[in-house]
Amino acid sequence: MKWGVITFPGSLDDVQAAHVLEDLLGESVVRLWHKDTALDGLDCVVLPGGFSYGDYLRCGAMARFSPIMRAVGEFAAAGRVVIGICNGFQILCEAGLLPGALIRNRGLAFLCQSVHVRVEDADTLFTNRCRRGDVLEIPVKHGEGCYVADEETLHTLDAGRQIVLRYTDGEGRVTPEANPNGSLAAIAGIRSASGNVFGMMPHPEHACERLVGGEDGRKIFLSVIAAAGATAEPVAAKVVSGP
Amino acid sequence: MSVTVETGLRHGLTADEYARIEAALGRAPTIEELGVFSVMWSEHCSYKSSRVHLRGLPTTGPRVLQGPGENAGALDVGDGLAVVFKIESHNHPSFVEPFQGAATGVGGILRDIFTMGARPIANLNSLRFGSVAHPRTPYLVRGVVAGIGGYGNCIGVATVGGEVSFDPGYDHNILVNAFTLGVVQSDRIFRARAEGVGNPVMYVGSKTGRDGIHGASLLASAEFDADSESKRPTVQVGDPFTEKLLLEACLELMSPAYSAHLVGIQDMGAAGLTSSSVEMAGRAGSGIDLDLARVPLREEGMTPYDILLSESQERMLLVVRAGSEDVVRALFAKWDLDAAVIGTVTDSGHLRCTWEGRQVVDLPIAPLTDGAPLYHRPAVEPAPEEGARLLLRDLAEPRDYGHVLMQLLESPNLCSREWVYRQYDTYVGGNSVVRPGSDAAVVRLDGTQKGVAMTLDCNSRLCLLDPYVGTVSAVAEAARNLAVSGAEPIGVTNCLNFGSPEKPEVMWQFQQAIAGLRDACLAFGTPVVSGNVSFYNETEGRSIPPTPVIGMVGLLDDVSQRVTQWFKGEGDAIVLLGRNREELGGSEYLAVIHHQVRGPLPWIDLDIERRLIRTVLAAAREGLLRSAHDVAEGGLAVALAECCISNETGPPVGARIELESGLRPDALLFGESHGRIVVSVRRRHLTRLRELAHRDEVVMTSIGEVRGQRFEIGDLVDLPVLAMRERWRSALERTLAGRLGE
Repeated sequence: MKWGVITFPGSLDDVQAAHVLEDLLGESVVRLWHKDTALDGLDCVVLPGGFSYGDYLRCGAMARFSPIMRAVGEFAAAGRVVIGICNGFQILCEAGLLPGALIRNRGLAFLCQSVHVRVEDADTLFTNRCRRGDVLEIPVKHGEGCYVADEETLHTLDAGRQIVLRYTDGEGRVTPEANPNGSLAAIAGIRSASGNVFGMMPHPEHACERLVGGEDGRKIFLSVIAAAGATAEPVAAKVVSGP
Repeated sequence: MSVTVETGLRHGLTADEYARIEAALGRAPTIEELGVFSVMWSEHCSYKSSRVHLRGLPTTGPRVLQGPGENAGALDVGDGLAVVFKIESHNHPSFVEPFQGAATGVGGILRDIFTMGARPIANLNSLRFGSVAHPRTPYLVRGVVAGIGGYGNCIGVATVGGEVSFDPGYDHNILVNAFTLGVVQSDRIFRARAEGVGNPVMYVGSKTGRDGIHGASLLASAEFDADSESKRPTVQVGDPFTEKLLLEACLELMSPAYSAHLVGIQDMGAAGLTSSSVEMAGRAGSGIDLDLARVPLREEGMTPYDILLSESQERMLLVVRAGSEDVVRALFAKWDLDAAVIGTVTDSGHLRCTWEGRQVVDLPIAPLTDGAPLYHRPAVEPAPEEGARLLLRDLAEPRDYGHVLMQLLESPNLCSREWVYRQYDTYVGGNSVVRPGSDAAVVRLDGTQKGVAMTLDCNSRLCLLDPYVGTVSAVAEAARNLAVSGAEPIGVTNCLNFGSPEKPEVMWQFQQAIAGLRDACLAFGTPVVSGNVSFYNETEGRSIPPTPVIGMVGLLDDVSQRVTQWFKGEGDAIVLLGRNREELGGSEYLAVIHHQVRGPLPWIDLDIERRLIRTVLAAAREGLLRSAHDVAEGGLAVALAECCISNETGPPVGARIELESGLRPDALLFGESHGRIVVSVRRRHLTRLRELAHRDEVVMTSIGEVRGQRFEIGDLVDLPVLAMRERWRSALERTLAGRLGE
């Protein structure tokens, strides 16, 4: 399938995302500049990690106004796949493509470590290569990764099976110690109600090689590829079994 | 305003130096010219007290593509690639304003690396704070660590290693030394030369403000006193986002598509526009004319003096080919960065600056650079103190060795640094094969099988007791740290942190350290390709312990052969390479448990070290080593404990150790004798390891087995590894919060 990886000023993990897709998974990748305005011919767009616009003002608050974000909104509305990782997740929340917000970590400090996340739902575009309850080991590295939303939104997320990943310990138990940043409901990754927009704070692109970070992150990308292989058309409508 | 000798004194110059300026010019300097002289002749920029000594260091070798004298050193690592690296201090700014001081230290060293066309791939840093009991220490630690992370994380260069230590000798003068390594095609290294008469001089990056004026001359080149707080305005403010843009724009300019437009490039670091233009012209033997009114400014009302001396961050000075101005301007505009033509290369041999049609500077380049003062300062060995040497028979042996080991594992200098490095992005770039927590960091060279290993080392307690032996020991420890990671040492950078060179005792320490650095680097065949001297690390007359930080770089031909320090599997044999000696002088045990800082220092023999490294490297390349760990601070017992509890993921592992020795138990467990490495191997590989050790005449002893969940040494120690790890891991955070007892 054909992927686009966006570079905003201050994006950092764009190079790594493109490397994983192109060199390790053999996918076709187009590098996009934030001033580009068209996403023609792409199947999936990745908003990578980093510090777009230096995280000045608020994480993702400026990047959402980059010219390419209008096209990303249309792309998502057309049912195509959008993945935001870390800063990309923050941008998707700022842009209103995903609900909620990411605020300063509970410990008030930047945190870089390997964490465990439990797959809450394997019937999604992003986790169909996992089983429900699988525990993946993937690194986080962020200062603002604490997911928050109001009660009603959290309820909607839960009821709509939009919570895809939760922070747990190695055995898959949700505990306060296993939640690195204080996210509500231990949320590490969510998808949109339509099922085709996905945001996660951990970095799957940094867990795709045994030599560096392990290989659990591959499952996220391989799931998207598998879902696309199952259908030639916009994948969301057929694979997602949302409400 | 007319300039007199008093004006010169206020600029940090001596009366003699001021007289030399008047003699060189045949007239009194203008105020702007005096400003230029004061920064160029500052200790920080001119190395006037150290240069005569640095000449003795080994700087050449078959891999050396660039030795000292440029922005950073470069070594050939094969496959058409070179690594470019350097370490630099940012001590005084970090003490005055820890977050910004440390952040801009990182920003500065990064620019030194990408100025040469290399993409930075790894940051390390060496941090030294005062006693954890000092009320200011927790504030400084938090600020410095946040500052390093704030800059390095945001610009997207992985911080993969370093060292942190605490000693009351740094209570009033902490050390923040930042190291960066970058990679470049070996035939595409750029140098900082202003060549080609008529070529335009361009300014790119952030606008110039008033921050950092006289950082180099007044903050970095003078000792501290009670007024140091008032120097806060001379600390620069960092903007890592702009530096990220500058990094990408500069590397794009230096790429094959654009590089024909570029003649020379240098960052504006210490002493800003002044030093970058003077040094670029100096290296090329040319001259530069600048129109200061064309420098992009951040604030109104700035004088030419301010513009020349500002140390605003994230700025670069370029010399481009005549006619290339628009191409360069367009490239930087893509990254939303300013680029302005501010001058021209000349053959005048002068730096000439105009401001609103008036000439404010007309200085010959030579007196500013090669003609800077050169001092052979007096050096005197301090008189030995009475009773300074430890007599083992006067030292009581502890009753409970398990308790002592636990105390050591929780002590500030031996406990886990996880609280520090988890605030750094260690993954970005995607090549961090060994991240913080092992003896050295290992980063893969993109697109190759190769890896580069890096370590920063110095035990300043040893250097205080004997600067020569201490420095030799630091180089040896660095080499061991690389070898246990599977890397062959190939080169050195260094950051020499000392007190005032005007004190004969400090000058003696400095000369001894240089001699040790020279001898050890010759022994290991590791040329010194870059470095930095930081003098005047003292407050109200008290000098810091001499702290020559060694940054050593190693190479792995196959990065998958890297070795980490923690035990891997039940049943593996634990082997000690090297000999235990009855030595406790200068040890952590002596300091933490007995509250004594005394020699004699452990014996060191560079030939033994070389042979040990040869054995370990051979074993690593043959894939024999499941783990390997250098025995250093805390001695053998702490090293073994670390092998059990320092694995990043999964539960800790136990070990059963038997040591046959006639030594005092405390010296055996906690002595810091050099030349020792602990490895673990599968049982079936013991024979081959013994052959290698025999070949190199290295003493090899099987001392135990990886097994269970307890850490046992004979009948001296028996502790559960889970509790050991918990206390070791959380100690730093608890200590800084003042709750170690919990």
